[in-house]
Amino acid sequence: MNTLMKRDLYVALAFLAALLVLPLFIGHSRYLLSVLMNCAGLSVVAFGVWLTFTIGRINICQAGFALIGGYTTAILLSRYGLSFWLALPLSAVVSAAIGALIGSFILKLRGIYFSMLTISLTEAIRLSFLNGGEFTQGSKGITGLPQPFAGDSPLPMYYLAVVLLALGLLVTWRVHYSRLGRIFRAMRLNEDLAESFGTNVWRYRVTAFAIACALGGVGGSYFAVFTQSVYPQSFTVEHSIYYMLFCFLGGLEFVSGAIVGAFALTILFELLSQFQQYQTLVYGVLMISVILLLPNGLMAVRSARIEGPSGRRTPSRPAPDSARAEATENPTTGSSS
Amino acid sequence: MSTAILEARNVTKRFGGLTANEDVNLVLSGAAGQVVSVIGPNGAGKSTFFKMLSGFLRPSSGSVLLHGQDITGMPPHRIARLGLVRTFQETTIFPDLTAMEHVSLAHQLHREASDLDVVLGTSRARGDEKRLSASAADILELMELSSVADVAARHLPQGLLRLLGIAMGLATRPQVLLLGEPYAGLNPEETNRAVSITRKIAASGVSVLLVEHDMKAVMAISDRVHVLYFGKKIAEGTPEEIRNDPKVIEAYLGQEDEELGL
Repeated sequence: MNTLMKRDLYVALAFLAALLVLPLFIGHSRYLLSVLMNCAGLSVVAFGVWLTFTIGRINICQAGFALIGGYTTAILLSRYGLSFWLALPLSAVVSAAIGALIGSFILKLRGIYFSMLTISLTEAIRLSFLNGGEFTQGSKGITGLPQPFAGDSPLPMYYLAVVLLALGLLVTWRVHYSRLGRIFRAMRLNEDLAESFGTNVWRYRVTAFAIACALGGVGGSYFAVFTQSVYPQSFTVEHSIYYMLFCFLGGLEFVSGAIVGAFALTILFELLSQFQQYQTLVYGVLMISVILLLPNGLMAVRSARIEGPSGRRTPSRPAPDSARAEATENPTTGSSS
Repeated sequence: MSTAILEARNVTKRFGGLTANEDVNLVLSGAAGQVVSVIGPNGAGKSTFFKMLSGFLRPSSGSVLLHGQDITGMPPHRIARLGLVRTFQETTIFPDLTAMEHVSLAHQLHREASDLDVVLGTSRARGDEKRLSASAADILELMELSSVADVAARHLPQGLLRLLGIAMGLATRPQVLLLGEPYAGLNPEETNRAVSITRKIAASGVSVLLVEHDMKAVMAISDRVHVLYFGKKIAEGTPEEIRNDPKVIEAYLGQEDEELGL
């Protein structure tokens, strides 16, 4: 285990530990708990976006797959009276299956073309649910979903969020730090080379994307029961872009980057809520400065020093590679427009 | 009927109006473990020809057969599975991974564990890691890279990176290994070393087909040489025959004599 991986692990474990004990101190405040639940749920969704980065694709359709997960859960719960504990994994499966199907066509595209297409995909998925007629109940959405836990305490839902965060982390971690993650990286850095030693690049891309969509589906399913409702408006292009920004802010080198970014931006957003209409402006300026000043994200702040003399051949930026350089360039143009 | 290991039949590639390869025939027959070279002046279509053999380009017409099986137009990963692998000049893919980890990763085709096993870290996946590391160690030894097995790729000099690239190709356990300009840009000492290692690879039973500019190396190492000129094959024979072939000399006319090894 190298230094960077250790840092990744420590940060991830610190987050989990903090989330486990925090209710002892803030358990009295429903508001603070709900902010943390939001953060945790969004981290799960963001893991998916983060994972898509590892195959060199900027995913801006994660909100669409969260919406699919949310609607799957809502329909299974309200129409078929299924238990949430069955609906949750089924939502992941449905999102993954749809993701694999769509992905097998669109993952050939790369760079800005893939990103543009995924933006439209978020919108297309939203519109499908909006126009789903009786089945999805259009703009009224599906409301009044039963909660999985009896009683008035928010703590069970809170711990569910923590468990899902831990599961999402585990999946992403195992994928990234195993042979599979290395294959993903090989594909991103040199597709031809990866293919030359026998990698079925197409299959692995679809696999990565399906896992990413499953994580989006789990997050969407969680938010559906958390808010006891789902609307076409629940997850939109705007959200897809936030999920991408979480990853940029946290850092693409680290699995925990998705968590760091999700927590930092979500909490910041809450703090900015008193600025009302200036909220997005402040947010935008902040994002631009982060991307300009910290191109590798918060998690990489001290990387240059840790790499030490061994990093001589790759001076200022640790382990730069084409996908990352490309990835950090696109949002700069994206968020300023 | 056909005992050829690899056979290219009338392979032609056109890019719009430009014909990069025209009716190129090449037969790699007989014993495994031979070294065959494809040479030619710049722009002769050598690289295009290699890309068609390994599946990275689809021929406009003609066919490629591996052990008699038609592999024309197959994707490279399937061709690799059937035993034909191409290596690349630019080899490093992970500056931070060690030589050992690169070669172990390139054992993709010889994994027993499924992707799910890998993610779950089952005993089968761990067994793979152990087995493949052992195999990678053997390959590194053959490539004379054992001493740098645990060095991160970004610290390796160009010459060793080239060898590492070939080592990754060997990790697929190919029957035919295509080497694209393996000696380009190496200093004489590195070239000598790479040439002797290429011999060792051939001696281990792998047929080596190489595209190369370094004539001295080509003449020294090859059992047979094929010459491409403006997309067509103009000569084929032993290094001795090629050296004395008037058509070849004419094709290379105006070039440094030394380049032909005359």
